[in-house]
Amino acid sequence: MKTKNIMIVGVGGQGSLLASKLLGRLLLGRGYDVKVSEVHGMSQRGGSVVTYVRFGEKVYSPIIDKGEADYILSFELLEAARWTEYLKPGGKIITNTQRINPMPVITGAAVYPEGLVEEMQQKGMDVDAFDALSLAEQAGSPKAVNLVLLGRLSKTADFTEAEWMQAIEASVPPKFLALNREAFALGRNS
Amino acid sequence: MKTLMLGNEAVARGLYEAGCAFLSSYPGTPSTEISEAAAKYPEIYAEWAPNEKVAMEAAFGAALAGKRSFCGMKHVGLNVAADPLFTISYTGINAGMVIGVADDAGMHSSQNEQDSRHYAKAAKLPMLEPADSAEALAFAKLAYTISEQFDTPVLLKMCTRVAHSQSIVEPGERQEPAPKPYEKNPQKYIMMPGYAKLRHPVVEERTKALAAYAETAPCNRVEAGEDHSIGIITHSTSYQYVKEVCGDRFPVLKLGMAWPMPEKLIRDFAASVSLLVVVEELDGFIEDYCRSLGLALSGKDFFSPIGELSQNIVAEKLGLKAEHGSALEAKIPARPPVMCAGCPHRGLFYTLAKGNYTVIGDIGCYTLGAVAPLNAIDSVVCMGASISGIHGFNKAGGAEGKKTVAVIGDSTFMHSGMTGLVNVAYNASNSTVIILDNSITGMTGHQQNPTTGYNLKGDPASKVDLTALCHAVGIARVRVVDPYDLAACEAAIKEETEANEPSVIISRRPCALLKYVKHKAPLNVDPAACKGCKMCMKIGCPAISMEGGKAKIDATLCTGCGVCSQLCKFGALCAREEA
Repeated sequence: MKTKNIMIVGVGGQGSLLASKLLGRLLLGRGYDVKVSEVHGMSQRGGSVVTYVRFGEKVYSPIIDKGEADYILSFELLEAARWTEYLKPGGKIITNTQRINPMPVITGAAVYPEGLVEEMQQKGMDVDAFDALSLAEQAGSPKAVNLVLLGRLSKTADFTEAEWMQAIEASVPPKFLALNREAFALGRNS
Repeated sequence: MKTLMLGNEAVARGLYEAGCAFLSSYPGTPSTEISEAAAKYPEIYAEWAPNEKVAMEAAFGAALAGKRSFCGMKHVGLNVAADPLFTISYTGINAGMVIGVADDAGMHSSQNEQDSRHYAKAAKLPMLEPADSAEALAFAKLAYTISEQFDTPVLLKMCTRVAHSQSIVEPGERQEPAPKPYEKNPQKYIMMPGYAKLRHPVVEERTKALAAYAETAPCNRVEAGEDHSIGIITHSTSYQYVKEVCGDRFPVLKLGMAWPMPEKLIRDFAASVSLLVVVEELDGFIEDYCRSLGLALSGKDFFSPIGELSQNIVAEKLGLKAEHGSALEAKIPARPPVMCAGCPHRGLFYTLAKGNYTVIGDIGCYTLGAVAPLNAIDSVVCMGASISGIHGFNKAGGAEGKKTVAVIGDSTFMHSGMTGLVNVAYNASNSTVIILDNSITGMTGHQQNPTTGYNLKGDPASKVDLTALCHAVGIARVRVVDPYDLAACEAAIKEETEANEPSVIISRRPCALLKYVKHKAPLNVDPAACKGCKMCMKIGCPAISMEGGKAKIDATLCTGCGVCSQLCKFGALCAREEA
């Protein structure tokens, strides 16, 4: 099979690391070759963060380039908009509609653009924009946005619920397991 | 069992399996996780050293005593350790010694984009370059074999994309190498001129022997391709981009050994293809070597020495199809990294910006004091350069009509700020140094250091008394302030910069992200009191924004530090009243 690409984008500190770790486990369990790439350090201080998850028979490059992403899983709306160039024609954007203002917007040097989802749709992109933050809060913590998003992704990805549950159990500390299962279910059933 | 491992974790696993018993490193992105992961193996003694030079010398000492050793650092750290590097090349080792260095093409977290391969050639040391986690593990082990076979330290070069990518590895068992008792050997280990002159020819012969080894080394390999119109020599993560784009179409010579290079292997490969192309990130290091052999090739005429490569760049330059998506027309504002909400550095940098001080900065999270809206820093060069720099700046007259301060973090001060401070005292410049003591090495992700009272293994350790240290080197004026207290900061900086002698201000408060730091309740905006003057926006706190002409506080981010409320003349920012 051709290598599949999932790009996870968001704001530093939003918890994308757990999402990529969990996906890595899930894909490894299926026997795929897997590469997961992230950048640590300076870029994490509230900056724009990107994680690349790639899987297939044989994966070479650790990164996803422009026009290659089958999925863009976004924790924040502006970040989804920032990376659309990386979406493959026919790929899908799954994004939280939460808005987090970057510093240039906070200081008034720039404006948070309106109509981002509409523009994506006009450009023919397949966009699934929904309020993942509310579902995470419903599950018990705003930090569970990552599992809500994975739940939503699971609706279109070819893995059984049992496989997902196994990956969640292997990636989440026991005391947060119920919360994360609930957040995943809310995303999956939304 | 197959498992996913970060490249850096795989290096640590390789160290473990090779029987490494001693590790000394200084944290630096993207190298840090090697040492953090290695510290989890009880069989490896692992420590954070105050800087890379100390780490390398300690690792050399351990190798001399007969234990396989390792030191890890980022590319600029190797500059700090360059002094021992060039001379332990002469002495050679006893037990194996491996030096891990991680480059940062693209400068994700670095101040420059230097290519560390030049060090291997300049110091006449072998260097291995893995291209994924499986190779990181295998090459770490191979490095010890080469080290002991050729009596040389070995450089193991990572880059961001190999260090911070997880790929599949199959861990093996640890081997305990036979002990190599230390034997006194002055001609080998005392590098005074008479003995060093005897060692230099040994080094030259060793390089020849290593070049011969490189011809058949398991880490260098030719991969066949059906189309011989092009043949590609490549390395590290560039190899992955080439294979991603070309698959098995063109023959590929993958060099896992960056130095020395295999002359015959390269010549034979070049002869087997019509056009030789070298695909390498940053400098034309392989290219220069190939040109020195008189080979015609394409390389840096196509591939920029600036920034990272990618599969699209490789495809485009080779005239192959690259995918492209579509960007939105909407103007997407940048999202630069910022100081966290509750960051203790914020209050101090606000005070410096307000007082219009010239600020000689340093390397750490606090470099973010340079960005809008604080814009409070004038220069940042390298670890320790703030204190050495202010001394020269002030001796040369400083900035007209302005006072100058140096700012440096606690870990950076331990790394290479202390010697600068000795110079300030000894050569008497009237300089004010502010040590931003947040009780941790912040930017690299919370590593312990000699001022924190804990070591790399998490055990209690001796703790440097910064005040006593500053006094001891000859600074009489040393005072501590709380950076959350703006009035105290302002008074301290004013008084110390006006004093007629050198001074140190220790701005002390732990990083707000440390687990043991208890946050106060988030602040609240009283909309009746808020006049929308935007004074609170001047500190660049990500928790504060304006909405409908009034300040708004994001309760999920606010730590209740209270710096903003000290700026509000109308008392509109106050402690949240519990309902």
